Amino acid sequence: MKMLVKGNEAIAEAAIRAGCDCFFGYPITPQTELLQYMAKKLLRSNKVFVQAESEVGAINMAYGASSCGKRVMTSSSGPGISLKQEGISYLAGAELPCVIVNVMRGGPGLGNINVAQSDYFQAVKGGGHGDYKVITLAPNSVQEAVHLTYLAFDLADKYRNPTMILLDGMLGQMMEAVEFEDISYKEYNKDFAVTGDRNKEKRITNSLYIIPEELENHNIKLNKKYEIIKENEVLFEEYQINDAEIIFVAFGTCARIVKSAVKKLRLNGIKVGLFRPITLWPFPEKQLEEYSLNDKVKMFIDVEFNMGQMLEDVKIAIGKRKNIYFIGRTGGMIPSVDDIVEKVGELVEKGVENIV
Amino acid sequence: MRILFSKPKALSSISTHYCPGCGHGIIHRIIAEVIDELPQDQKIIGVAPVGCSVFIYDYFNFDFVAAAHGRAPAVATGVKRSIRDALVFSYQGDGDIAAIGTSEIIHAAARGESFTAIFVNNGVYAMTGGQMAPTSIPGQITVSSPYGRDPKIQGYHIKLCEMLEPLDGVAFIARTSIHNIKNIEMTKKIIRKAFDIQINELGFSIIEILSNCPTNWGMTPIKSMKRIEEEVIKYYPLGIFKDKGGDIK
Ligand code: SF4
Repeated sequence: MKMLVKGNEAIAEAAIRAGCDCFFGYPITPQTELLQYMAKKLLRSNKVFVQAESEVGAINMAYGASSCGKRVMTSSSGPGISLKQEGISYLAGAELPCVIVNVMRGGPGLGNINVAQSDYFQAVKGGGHGDYKVITLAPNSVQEAVHLTYLAFDLADKYRNPTMILLDGMLGQMMEAVEFEDISYKEYNKDFAVTGDRNKEKRITNSLYIIPEELENHNIKLNKKYEIIKENEVLFEEYQINDAEIIFVAFGTCARIVKSAVKKLRLNGIKVGLFRPITLWPFPEKQLEEYSLNDKVKMFIDVEFNMGQMLEDVKIAIGKRKNIYFIGRTGGMIPSVDDIVEKVGELVEKGVENIV
Repeated sequence: MRILFSKPKALSSISTHYCPGCGHGIIHRIIAEVIDELPQDQKIIGVAPVGCSVFIYDYFNFDFVAAAHGRAPAVATGVKRSIRDALVFSYQGDGDIAAIGTSEIIHAAARGESFTAIFVNNGVYAMTGGQMAPTSIPGQITVSSPYGRDPKIQGYHIKLCEMLEPLDGVAFIARTSIHNIKNIEMTKKIIRKAFDIQINELGFSIIEILSNCPTNWGMTPIKSMKRIEEEVIKYYPLGIFKDKGGDIK
């Protein structure tokens, strides 16, 4: 049965269905409905809900609960995620699963509470101290947010790694019809978790490796894990891409605007397509690289609600093989379908690479 | 053969990295003795700090979760809420609990989290080389207060027990010392009491233990114990500030 649900609430409901035992949060716009939904549902069950004193408090509570083998979630928006970075680094170091939701807003600093994709760097390039990676999932609809929430808990447990759901405020606030299927989630063996049982072997969750050789080995081990994730967990969507001469790259809500632009441009006979990374880390680098090797493809246009953050990864994948253009709006401003169509028209007119 | 003195079962056989004469060793032993008195099926989880006692998880024979600097009360909150029947205690120094982690300790106390905080106050950031701590007393010379802590410039020392006492979530709060046998024995009784408060789910419990740091104080262990008795206690009076435990032993 389909229900009309706000993005933030849909993620909360999906988390509960995915077996989330504990939620630790702190209010911040535009994610607050997620916290409120969790309060309403978890406080009347035997699960844990704590409104923490700060985002720092919340992520460390999550660290504590994850150390006990619980399925844990915390959520925030950019400024709060900045505060959580310390804890995320410790979670990654101690190899503890945790699902973190970032409903992005505009930055830097206090920025504003409007639609933005300004935390791409923060999510995929670390953000906290040390060599580590956070699995980053970017839904573009409320329904996909539900699926990716299920997936986030699974990946977090499977790889014992913090996993982030990264969406913009528009998706967080938007209501769409969604289906919550009854999922049966996989229970992972959590033999790392502390139990307090003194009749069993002692367990410690920790990210301290004081001996250089040991820390290096730990980093090498983490890196091997990241390589396995890169190999196996890349997700992306392709739209009208088979015969495309111009390929748009966009993620999240932004990709929906781009999809409309693709439809409009196709009506004008321009062969455009869309490549939408769903996992931002691991980034679908190989897949994009393949398109860059395709003679039919004349150029790439990266579209984002920021000044060009994913653009860096697109450039790494494509190299100098093709021209890459960028369309971006920030601060709560978003490019319209017509803006994009117009820009492509200009590029075509200029005769860039003899398109069409 | 009659054994008169032995290592508590809760302590591991690993030798500690603490300096000779350091109070951490005494406090670890007291905690271990109290734990030995509890039933063997009592679950126990420690939350380790950052500071000189960062390796505390190696020195005990039970589960530990190692927290970031100052965050032990938040981590302990997550642990205790996940495993309600475990006895959970955090172990933190003064920089950890009374500077970088002030927010975490105040709110854990206010929420009445059912764990026990063991706060070792030796008045310096010891592991980083003896800088002024939030608890350094007026006039105290440290490497970052080389002319002595001047309250007009560096402000006053933090009295955590006095700060937390009014909070309704706090069920038990006391300040003890380990500068002599009598006070070591008292500290043991107080830790036992705090653990009993927790086992009876009466609320948050915290013990501030005045300890020494002979290395960074630049004193012999004996002189450092004298300093606690003669100087430190003047600023940090000992006693039980609040006890909702009533009759429980
Ligand atoms: S530096 Fe001070 S507190 Fe740290 S172990 Fe040595 S004596 Fe103890």
